[in-house]
Amino acid sequence: MPAVRGDGMRGLAVFISDIRNCKSKEAEIKRINKELANIRSKFKGDKTLDGYQKKKYVCKLLFIFLLGHDIDFGHMEAVNLLSSNKYSEKQIGYLFISVLVNTNSDLIKLINQSIKNDLQSRNSIHVNLAMQCIANIGSRDMAEAFGYDIPKLLVSGDTMDVVKQSAALCFLRLLRTNPDVIPIDSNGASEWTSRIVHLLNDQHLGVVTAAVSLIDALVKRNPKEYKACVSFAVSRLSRIVTASYTDLQDYTYYFVPAPWLSVKLLRLLQNYSTPEDAGVRVRLNECLEAILNKAQDAPKSKKVQHSNAKNAVLFEAISLIIHNDSEPNLLVRACNQLGQFLSNRETNLRYLALESMCLLANSEFSHEAVKKHQEVVILSMKMEKDVSVRQQAVDLLYAMCDKSNSEEIVQEMLNYLETADYSIREEMVLKVAILAEKYATDYTWYVDVILNLIRIAGDYVSEEVWYRVIQIVINRDDVQGYAAKTVFEALQAPACHENMVKVGGYILGEFGNLIAGDTRSAPNVQFQLLHSKYHLCSPMTRALLLSTYVKFINLFPEVKTTIQEILKQDSNLRSADAELQQRASEYLQLSKIVSTDVLATVLEEMPSFPERESSILAVLKKKKPGRVPETETLENHSLQPSPINHQNNHVNNHTNSNSNSADLLGLSTPVASTTHTSNANVLVDVLGDLYGGGVSTGSNSLNASQNNYNPKKFICKNNGVLFESELIQVGVKCEFKRNLGRLGLFYGNKTTIPLQNFSTVLSSPHLWVTKLAIQIKPIEPILEAGAQIQQLAIIECVEEYTDTPVINVSFVYNGVPQNVSVKLPVTLNKFFEPTEMNSESFFARWKNLGSNHDPQKSQKIFKASQPMDQVSTRTKLSGFGMQLLDGIDPNPDNFVCAGIVHTKTQQIGCLLRLEPNKQAQMYRLTVRSSKEPVSIEICDLLADQF
Amino acid sequence: MHFMLLFSRQGKLRLQKWYVAHPDKVKKKITRELITTILARKPKMCSFLEWKELKIVYKRYASLYFCCAIEQNDNELLTLEIIHRYVELLDKYFGSVCELDIIFNFEKAYFILDELLLGGEIQETSKKNVLKAISAQDLLQEEEAVEGALKEIGLL
Repeated sequence: MPAVRGDGMRGLAVFISDIRNCKSKEAEIKRINKELANIRSKFKGDKTLDGYQKKKYVCKLLFIFLLGHDIDFGHMEAVNLLSSNKYSEKQIGYLFISVLVNTNSDLIKLINQSIKNDLQSRNSIHVNLAMQCIANIGSRDMAEAFGYDIPKLLVSGDTMDVVKQSAALCFLRLLRTNPDVIPIDSNGASEWTSRIVHLLNDQHLGVVTAAVSLIDALVKRNPKEYKACVSFAVSRLSRIVTASYTDLQDYTYYFVPAPWLSVKLLRLLQNYSTPEDAGVRVRLNECLEAILNKAQDAPKSKKVQHSNAKNAVLFEAISLIIHNDSEPNLLVRACNQLGQFLSNRETNLRYLALESMCLLANSEFSHEAVKKHQEVVILSMKMEKDVSVRQQAVDLLYAMCDKSNSEEIVQEMLNYLETADYSIREEMVLKVAILAEKYATDYTWYVDVILNLIRIAGDYVSEEVWYRVIQIVINRDDVQGYAAKTVFEALQAPACHENMVKVGGYILGEFGNLIAGDTRSAPNVQFQLLHSKYHLCSPMTRALLLSTYVKFINLFPEVKTTIQEILKQDSNLRSADAELQQRASEYLQLSKIVSTDVLATVLEEMPSFPERESSILAVLKKKKPGRVPETETLENHSLQPSPINHQNNHVNNHTNSNSNSADLLGLSTPVASTTHTSNANVLVDVLGDLYGGGVSTGSNSLNASQNNYNPKKFICKNNGVLFESELIQVGVKCEFKRNLGRLGLFYGNKTTIPLQNFSTVLSSPHLWVTKLAIQIKPIEPILEAGAQIQQLAIIECVEEYTDTPVINVSFVYNGVPQNVSVKLPVTLNKFFEPTEMNSESFFARWKNLGSNHDPQKSQKIFKASQPMDQVSTRTKLSGFGMQLLDGIDPNPDNFVCAGIVHTKTQQIGCLLRLEPNKQAQMYRLTVRSSKEPVSIEICDLLADQF
Repeated sequence: MHFMLLFSRQGKLRLQKWYVAHPDKVKKKITRELITTILARKPKMCSFLEWKELKIVYKRYASLYFCCAIEQNDNELLTLEIIHRYVELLDKYFGSVCELDIIFNFEKAYFILDELLLGGEIQETSKKNVLKAISAQDLLQEEEAVEGALKEIGLL
């Protein structure tokens, strides 16, 4: 038993020895239970225990808890110890409470009382003990109880340095628990600000070190308020960097002057962009250069502590250089320095160098410099012994990839994938798929890469990846033949991955005809090849293959009977899987009953997929939030359909070209029974039903969750989702009456952590002062995880206006500030009051409001962007806010409307006429009103809706 | 810093300090998971690993592993040196520290840690100042002990 210093507890030492001597787990539990029973009886017994005994038993309980056992008593005794006049007893009481009391204990009130007493003690050791307890527990109650005392201790002139240090960090903890703990006025200013910032100038380095942590947190909450800290931080940093290691005495760590403080100051500066003040900027750059220079000096010690501390400062300086992203010279120097580390002996340094370089690769100034190290990085990916380092190398290769090196990097990643660790394969597959798509100039290369991915790491190829290759092949005519040929070859491998069967099945079903001329890949050969895999596949893949088969019936009449036989087989027609059964029977009927024309129309080539962000990128972002640069989007060229593309809208196409099929889809043909009609829908949407959203909708929903914000949608409606991202959803419900509007804005937190500093503000309010009176009610600054809050806005139209106001929603997610601008659905038409009138008065006013050259009229002629459907047009017009007037226009196809725009000062009468021309697929929209700007705005608003 | 764990090569937890509140169940789960992960790593591997949203920094001293969880953008190398400074402090206090010292005097190990780190942030980096604070505490205790002894034999 080692000697015990201070005030030892023999009984405790004996107990610990006993436990250590236990030969088995059972023996240990037995010994512990005996001790627990003993302590319990002591605590319950009538003999009053003295302080020493209480302390000893509480300490034993603590030890038992730390061994991993549950403790459900002793808390009260520990709280009693807090008010002991002996420091040793008090200290054990506080320790027990810090470890065992959770934040919502009923004892908190008692504990807080003891803390309050100790904070007032004249002995700084007692004060610090109390603050350690606050910092350890940091509950909301404590934040409320001590939110004033602690910062006061921090800034008061007669507080001792050690107490100031504790107070700074204690306050920081309370601030994390409850951001409102520091009282601020409406501008976010606080009486403490200046005094807290001045702590950066404190004589005592320990005080400065503790204070920087606090200031960093305060700055994150309110950067503007604490902006003064920038110049203080820079001058402090400069003094440290130029100090010799003897100057700072005990704050020099292994010959490195104040590494902790330096790193914290460098971190603090990363909350701001490059200093605006030229003097400060120059001084900061001198510091950064000095740190880079020191990296080249010979080491002052061989100890790893020396190099760690020195490099910790260096890496933080490089982070700041990257963050500021404004000094090309420093960026390139940083890159060279990291390049040296790539071949350092220390694994830790190689890891960190790869990680930092990733950030450098995303800066335009240093991207090229990073590329010089490509070979070493590829070697790291292949040769590093530690998977976490290899992972960093993969990340860096992904970040440094561009048009010039993409083929090489993708090839190297593919090679490595064959032997890569299972833990990183899935992510690598995503990365390769994204790079191949992003930098493909030749799409045959892209197709090869993806098929290779499936071949090498089929299990790790997620749905998104193979959906994506299909989307791209469908959108690009130039690669379809090649894709068909390549999948055909790939399927000939004796064992091929199920994902390959899926891609192969889909592509051959669409484009098998392009290679059918070659006898080696004649229709029957294609079919037999696919069908040879059928029995090895999951029901999902089989369902896909059945769709391919019915497409084959259309493409290749010669295999029709073979396929019909297959569909008739019991294993399909009577499959236990309902989906297979349904497909088999419906496809069979379809092939039997309908004419070849109908079949051809139903099984038309898939239309192009709409242009969108790659769904794979969304998956990667989800996997590694914050590690995929937000600005990164795939270049559009890859998604645009090539010029000779097929019809845009499948359904439309039916309507125009083939009346028979139009009937089929119109649900009224005598040929098609109800099953057939639903069947036809399935076919149009090929995979739609099976995958609950399948190829098209599956990826669309991912895409939608990125950003589907379209303010135009709200011109003709009042409720819905205004904005949605992975973090938040903004919904709106509004109602308008004459010149007044009420908006309910709903903010939903989609994440699992609270969104901090949540606030909304009208952007450029000065633009609106004379037009709209907008009152937005205040809102809680915290949006809890998964919660939704409502904000009310009252809007009054003062005079006519154009466009619509925007609010900025800002919040901090996981320490990162976020900003979203959302257009409010408050367009001028919302203030319409519908007006009834008869034909006579309508035309009288119509004429009155303008002859052909009258400025009060506005007219637009535009192409239909949606099918010209009378019902939906009527819905939109009534949603627009005017009264739809029937039986007024002599031409029944035309629409006329009347309404009054209400502003505070006047009422503006408004008439409208919309004339569709079906043949030309065009509309002519005319708006007449008593005020020209209103006519123009109303016309503009409505013109894009049809 | 979110938490610090000390555990032995046999996987026994010797000290735990949490700077972010979690229910006991979660703490146990995290501890178990990390001990297994770290013990499975080879000596030459790098001292950092990504773990959920956090970064783990660990180092082995003799039979003890010191393991800290920090945020993504915290400084890894300097976290290693926080561990080292803590080991130095323990070493100075106990006089060439060993695992047994920490087992038998776990409360002291906590007190020293509380002087070095507060609320997960470094409070005092000077070795001298931390030791000064600890010996001031010890002095108070010894005075109390002497006082108690004198009282017992009736001299006070």
